[in-house]
Amino acid sequence: MASIDTGGGDSGHKKGPGVKKAKKLSTRVDMTPMVDLGFLLITFFVFTATMSEPTTLDLNMPKDVDDPTKKTEVKESAVLTILLGKENHVYYYEGPLEVSAEKNNFKSSTFKEIRQKIIDKKNEVKKSFNPARLTSKACEEERAAADKRGDPNWEKACEDIDFMVIIKPTPNATYKNTVDILDEMTINQVKRYAMVKVLKEEMNLVIATEGQ
Amino acid sequence: MPSVKMPRHSTDTDMTPFVDIAFLILSFFIMATKFKPPEPVEIETPASVLAQKLPENNAVLITIDSANRVFFSIMSEKDKTKFDDLINEINTSQNLGLTPAEINNFRLTYAVGVPFGGLKQLLGTHPKEQAGLKQTGIPVLDSTNNQLIWWISAAKKAFAGQKGFKYLIKGDGGSKYPTFEAVISALKKNEEFKYNLVTALDDVPSGTEFEKTRYFKPKDK
Repeated sequence: MASIDTGGGDSGHKKGPGVKKAKKLSTRVDMTPMVDLGFLLITFFVFTATMSEPTTLDLNMPKDVDDPTKKTEVKESAVLTILLGKENHVYYYEGPLEVSAEKNNFKSSTFKEIRQKIIDKKNEVKKSFNPARLTSKACEEERAAADKRGDPNWEKACEDIDFMVIIKPTPNATYKNTVDILDEMTINQVKRYAMVKVLKEEMNLVIATEGQ
Repeated sequence: MPSVKMPRHSTDTDMTPFVDIAFLILSFFIMATKFKPPEPVEIETPASVLAQKLPENNAVLITIDSANRVFFSIMSEKDKTKFDDLINEINTSQNLGLTPAEINNFRLTYAVGVPFGGLKQLLGTHPKEQAGLKQTGIPVLDSTNNQLIWWISAAKKAFAGQKGFKYLIKGDGGSKYPTFEAVISALKKNEEFKYNLVTALDDVPSGTEFEKTRYFKPKDK
């Protein structure tokens, strides 16, 4: 292995005494262990790296008000109520709940289909918008805000002002369902939505549909 | 016919470029890696389309795990005295009689998930051994004994006057809605109405109204 040529060997005598010939060592280093180590470390860091940074979703809740005069008023026909049941089931009804022999507006849906329903309802509300309300204060504010955001359709921004989605998760709904439906509000740009406790009669309908 | 001699090539390959690339990738991953803080429970957050970043300071983090257990922790890397303020507040309001050593231990405790009765035992355990301790979660579902209300009110006092103070709720996708509702009601009792839900980033579905808003250019005014 590594040894120092002292010149005492046979080779030293060939060129005469005093002439020392250094043994030529290869400058090549075996890189294999280094590569091994390098890739070991890469594998370690690849596994530990957290690529998806968590993000946040804003949620604003209203203050609980008992005074009925201070409660938010909504136009019944422009309301879409969405109920979240167990195992990712979704139920909805438009306007006030009507369940009788001749009329039943309580419908079952899924998370995939509910987006189209929200869009349809929003367009329906937009169509029935009364142009006389354009000059109202709430409308003006809405339009000014849209204009500032850079919305090219800012003039029409307040047409869906009446549109309201009421979200009612039942005790069987998961947190994921709740976040998904809130996300759906962002995706469809629903400006007004609220999370409300499910009513007894609605709960009964959900249970009847799910068949417990 | 004379036989053709093929020149013999060495089987040694030059590994240098290979090593170069390997270490380049290695240095990239070392720099890009940010280690996850230790978590008492594994949480799988649902996804949302909003890309708002998570704050690292001045925040209260309420964790709900898949078994509907509630954990409470605060995020204050810069100012560790906030931890002391908070636990002292809890100590006095609940008459827990914690020793100074136990109070000091709170700084290193990642999250509290025990009722007030079990807090002394939790803080009496060394932080490294706390993972072995079975935490039952802070009681929230009973509206007469929603202990989270006390934790939030203590945090509110400890962080009083801090700018950008936030309430983060990190729930597991599989946790049930009533627990989440109980957490919200505890926050509401403390007159707090704005929260941030921790989510993973999801793609925006194409053709939706939200996708269109991303191309708006705000007007200069």
